[in-house]
Amino acid sequence: MLEVKNVDAGYGSTVILQDISLHVEPGEVVTIVGANGAGKTTLLRTISGLVKPRTGSITFEGKDITKLEAHDTVDRGITLIPEGRQLFPDMTVRDNLLMGAYCRHARDYQDDTLHEVLELFPRLRERLDQHASSLSGGEQQMVAIARGMMARPKILMFDEPSLGLAPIIVAQVFEVIAQVAATGTTVLIVEQNVFHTLKAADRGYVLENGRMVLTDDADALLQNDHVRQAYLGI
Amino acid sequence: MDTFLQIVANGLMLGGLFAIVAVGLTLIFGIVKVINFAHGEFLMVGMYLTFLLSTGMDVHPYLTAAAVAPALFVLGALTQRLLIQPLMSARDEHVQIFATVGLSTALMNLALLVFGADIANTPAHGVRSQVMLGEVRILTGQLWVFGAAILLVIGLQLFMKKTRTGRAIRATAQNRAAARLMGINDKFIYVLTFGMGAACVGLGSSLIAPLYPTSPTIGTYFVLIAFVCVVLGGLGSIPGAFFGALVIGLVDALSGFYIGSDLREAVVFTIFLLILILKPSGLFGTRMNLSHVSP
Repeated sequence: MLEVKNVDAGYGSTVILQDISLHVEPGEVVTIVGANGAGKTTLLRTISGLVKPRTGSITFEGKDITKLEAHDTVDRGITLIPEGRQLFPDMTVRDNLLMGAYCRHARDYQDDTLHEVLELFPRLRERLDQHASSLSGGEQQMVAIARGMMARPKILMFDEPSLGLAPIIVAQVFEVIAQVAATGTTVLIVEQNVFHTLKAADRGYVLENGRMVLTDDADALLQNDHVRQAYLGI
Repeated sequence: MDTFLQIVANGLMLGGLFAIVAVGLTLIFGIVKVINFAHGEFLMVGMYLTFLLSTGMDVHPYLTAAAVAPALFVLGALTQRLLIQPLMSARDEHVQIFATVGLSTALMNLALLVFGADIANTPAHGVRSQVMLGEVRILTGQLWVFGAAILLVIGLQLFMKKTRTGRAIRATAQNRAAARLMGINDKFIYVLTFGMGAACVGLGSSLIAPLYPTSPTIGTYFVLIAFVCVVLGGLGSIPGAFFGALVIGLVDALSGFYIGSDLREAVVFTIFLLILILKPSGLFGTRMNLSHVSP
């Protein structure tokens, strides 16, 4: 479904990602784990078109998307829920969600999708007319996820969804991700919270200093000595 | 008392005039985050277009707005696409501002070349006749300008709040990277907004032309005052620009009568300095986040 092949990418003269390859199949939950600064965010930004790869190629559903702009990848069905939520602070929760359905294929279904999404996040129903900036961190993360779902994506990418949240909220976030996956949406998660993520995922990649060092089934990675030592502290 | 009421009325009418110029300026600043120093020259171009169309085709100058506003939309959109956008990636945001200063000078001199330094009088078609509102005497043209300014502000607010494109414009202004992740083409939004801001002043120019003689430098006077209105109302706020313009119109009229007509501008710009020192966010201003300006 999504295939990244030998991609190098970075900002200005700084190279962040080197020779990255990965693939995600329909219906899978795939995770990329790694330490802070390993290049996880850059990788998702590159897939979504916010950062352009220097070499290598990215294909989605058999079509080359390497050079597409961010707003075009959304129209193809790739949605990124960015790190730090990135809501529209002075817009209401409702308007934030409606912006999620801005892309062409989601527009006509926006009312139905909003209804479905609110079933999943009943708490947001009471908050619809509040400004996004007035919500708690956990609620804002829920809005960010709901907004991503409003685009009716084929693949939903989460960048550090648990960042800065209390442990109980983190558990809720992963519950929601499991529910998203259960609807058949393909999921790609980037996380520092390695244990939680590998538990939720089918397969995983380990990213270190901009290179993929390891890939396996999520269960196998949980048992892997290197992963256990470096990321799980066992 | 009658004199006072008359001066207040004059001030409000003048404020309506400033408002119709200031709205487009604050729209462009609020969304594209560029201060358009050529805004006054956009007004000047619109006034000359109104003059040419209304004299050439012998129609009421207000009717020419149907052609002048779209023409100004194109001028604004092209300015963003061909001049500002290539400079968006420049390290220093001031480059874009200087580009608009350059455009301002170029348009002014182009007008000098084409029309000469003489003034052009757009036929009034009755809008310079007076009406009495109680004890107060007002030009019908001023009332039209005032009404149009109110409708423009309300219309823009509804567009921004209620339409998909309006929401996309606000979203782009609040968080450009996130807007792109929603599938919004941010460059198109900037071109559209710049065009809309210019179209607003295009509408204004067709209403102002029959009231003021047109000359190549007419824009300079209006745009300086419009800047003060925009800053007073809070940079980027459309209702703010409107109420800021009313306040400045009142100050202009009252100080012109009670202090001396030579000192009107001194008073207005003293207020401008005081706002900048005491309340730089203006009456309706929100914290402006300029961190998403550079891509």
